[in-house]
Amino acid sequence: MAVDTAHPAGAVAGSGTSILPGALKDAFLTGLIALGLLGPLVGFQTVIIDGALGLAYRPLVVAIMVGIIFVGRLILNLTVWSPNRAPKANAGSGPLARGALAIAPAFKPALLAFAVLFPAIAAFAMGGLNESRYLLDLGILILTYVMLGWGLNIVVGLAGLLDLGYVAFYAVGAYTYALLATSTPVNDFFAAILGETFWANWAFWFCLPAAGLFAGLWGMILGFPVLRLRGDYLAIVTLAFGEIIRLVLINWVDFTGGGAGIASIPRATFFGIPFNASEDGFAALFGLEFNPMHRIVFLYFVILVLALITAFTTVRLRRLPVGRAWEALREDEIACRSLGINTTNVKLSAFATGAMFGGFAGCFFAVRAGFVSPESFTFDISAMILAIVVLGGMGSQIGVAVAAAVMMGGMEMLRNLGFLKQVFGNDFDPSLYRMLLFGFAMVAIMIWKPRGLVSSRDPTIFLKEKKAVSGSLVKEGHG
Amino acid sequence: MAEMALPLHGWDKDPILSVEHLFMRFGGLIAVNDLSFKVGRGDITALIGPNGAGKTTVFNCITGFYKPSEGRLVLAHGRAPTDAELAAVTLNGERALAGPDAGVYLLERMPDYKVSGEAKVARTFQNIRLFTGMTVLENLMVAQHNALMAASGYSLKGLFGLPGYTAAQRQATERAKYWLDKVGLTERADDPAGDLPYGAQRRLEIARAMCSGPILLCLDEPAAGLNPRESLELNELLRAIRAEHGTSILLIEHDMSVVMEISDHVVVLDYGTKISDGTPEAVKNDPRVIAAYLGVDEDAVEEVEAVLDEATGAQS
Repeated sequence: MAVDTAHPAGAVAGSGTSILPGALKDAFLTGLIALGLLGPLVGFQTVIIDGALGLAYRPLVVAIMVGIIFVGRLILNLTVWSPNRAPKANAGSGPLARGALAIAPAFKPALLAFAVLFPAIAAFAMGGLNESRYLLDLGILILTYVMLGWGLNIVVGLAGLLDLGYVAFYAVGAYTYALLATSTPVNDFFAAILGETFWANWAFWFCLPAAGLFAGLWGMILGFPVLRLRGDYLAIVTLAFGEIIRLVLINWVDFTGGGAGIASIPRATFFGIPFNASEDGFAALFGLEFNPMHRIVFLYFVILVLALITAFTTVRLRRLPVGRAWEALREDEIACRSLGINTTNVKLSAFATGAMFGGFAGCFFAVRAGFVSPESFTFDISAMILAIVVLGGMGSQIGVAVAAAVMMGGMEMLRNLGFLKQVFGNDFDPSLYRMLLFGFAMVAIMIWKPRGLVSSRDPTIFLKEKKAVSGSLVKEGHG
Repeated sequence: MAEMALPLHGWDKDPILSVEHLFMRFGGLIAVNDLSFKVGRGDITALIGPNGAGKTTVFNCITGFYKPSEGRLVLAHGRAPTDAELAAVTLNGERALAGPDAGVYLLERMPDYKVSGEAKVARTFQNIRLFTGMTVLENLMVAQHNALMAASGYSLKGLFGLPGYTAAQRQATERAKYWLDKVGLTERADDPAGDLPYGAQRRLEIARAMCSGPILLCLDEPAAGLNPRESLELNELLRAIRAEHGTSILLIEHDMSVVMEISDHVVVLDYGTKISDGTPEAVKNDPRVIAAYLGVDEDAVEEVEAVLDEATGAQS
């Protein structure tokens, strides 16, 4: 780019007070380039004049834009890019980094405590349980994505296999629950043995493990054909797999209900006790006043526990031979094979484990929404989860959790851009700019932290002292 | 052949590995052409030859990374197999015939991870392949994957922290510590492997290969990029490995100070064919080897070959 090529010239220009002419010259050149680019692009506007196409000229807009670029470039040349500027101290020793190190041990427990107390905090902050519904729903959404992020982290972050079709396992989990819970034969079977309402009350707790197992099985099924693929090719096949699952869900109308989805899926129960206003309901049995929010709070804790199980399992697995083999696979597959590691099994176990947690999350999604349709399992979701993993720092648990909170929370916050209307007038629709702002934020974070929020790797075993491994040494895997 | 008349060498009596009529073709290119040689049990065998002679290809065939186009690679655990055993395992299509005290493995039939995991042939690479983002200790733990995996009950026992796995892990750590001590990297155990200096990375790769408990260690240019002092240390290390663990060593090397110093048996390859095979002394004075290494004009080669052919013809 012109900007980059012009920069060294300014840097060479000299030291001391003589940088101003160089900076001015560079800024002038940049302004000239901007004028050349913006002149035709912005300066002319096509308008309809008397039914015919005509041109309107906007010299003022061009002048303002070029002016901004000129002044901005000049300021940058004199400050950030100035040759006189002292080189930036190593990021590792800055006060910010030291502060981060100091709070690091307390960060995880604090985050966990916040997550556990979140319903209480939300209720307190909003002045009542009913008013905190929005916040709790957001919390559930964030935790779902935290869990999905942690699940995908096993495949992408630890094993280094780029999976663009993770949503398929989320869908398998959701449909496993939806289909089993609404299935008449299953319901009749249990009705005959254990009573009419048994299956409606217990479906979730029986289907949760089944959803994980099914999704894990599908992970293996996906794993087999892609064993030989690496990198871009693996990404494309996994992407296709995600789409295949979605298209099957749409087109196999007899089985899945097609595009209309499956509705009136049994709700979550407190281990068999339904959340309703009846005599046998949760509120009556625990001597509380009936409140629909009980179910939401309960759902919040269910997903919190599921997410924590995911995190706990992943942390444990990392310290086991299988986890080390995943990471070794990411580092060097050929070396793995030279050490007697069956990389086929390692890859399949990574796919299956990751998919299993996706299945759990999917099952939770179905019980929370009470409705599933293929619309909920588009590529966007895969991309979002992958973005969370990459943004959080591949392989890092806490990074992924923070990234999920930032991404999902940030997306929600960007819905509330009403104040921009006061700046740009009532015609301005801020929701249109939501994705644009979001994209800018992601680009900015990736420039600031190219290896994700937490780039260093925690060793799984140590002799004397645990030292974090710098992200620059950790490989990203070849697929 | 000329060798037949000579007294039988150790590697002929008890070979740990017999390479028999190995061919490797890549399309029209013949990288290895009818190569046969034996690696003696407890020997340090060097495979040398000019660049592009096919040494690494032979290595890749032995360690299962390439499937040979033709040929048999017999690895013998315990003792050399009898002809009957060898014929049996070759004909019945099995990969291996393993008994309690002896076993025979046909490496050309095994996938790469089994060559290492079951036949116990470990290797290092010409361009070092460490897990750079993992610590030195972790590298050595990954090398003991199969034993640990079984001990962790394929992760189930390990996941719930049952005692069997903890003990196995402690044992594996002890083994890693032993090898760290051997290669002088105990101080750096918790540092990332990618942070080590080049010579230390070479030693770590050997330690990692040894942690997988091999009976045959294949080293692809272990002295490449080492300074003379490090080369000497490498010699010591390899001698110690053989003396204390009885591991046979097969190495590719260009550094003649290493080859002539430590090897018991040298095989010379040029253009995919064996041009010499014998003790370091014999090989050093072989005119074909001198011709291949120093390069002589065509006439001289033909002259030497004519003389050699005459000699061979006269003896057989």
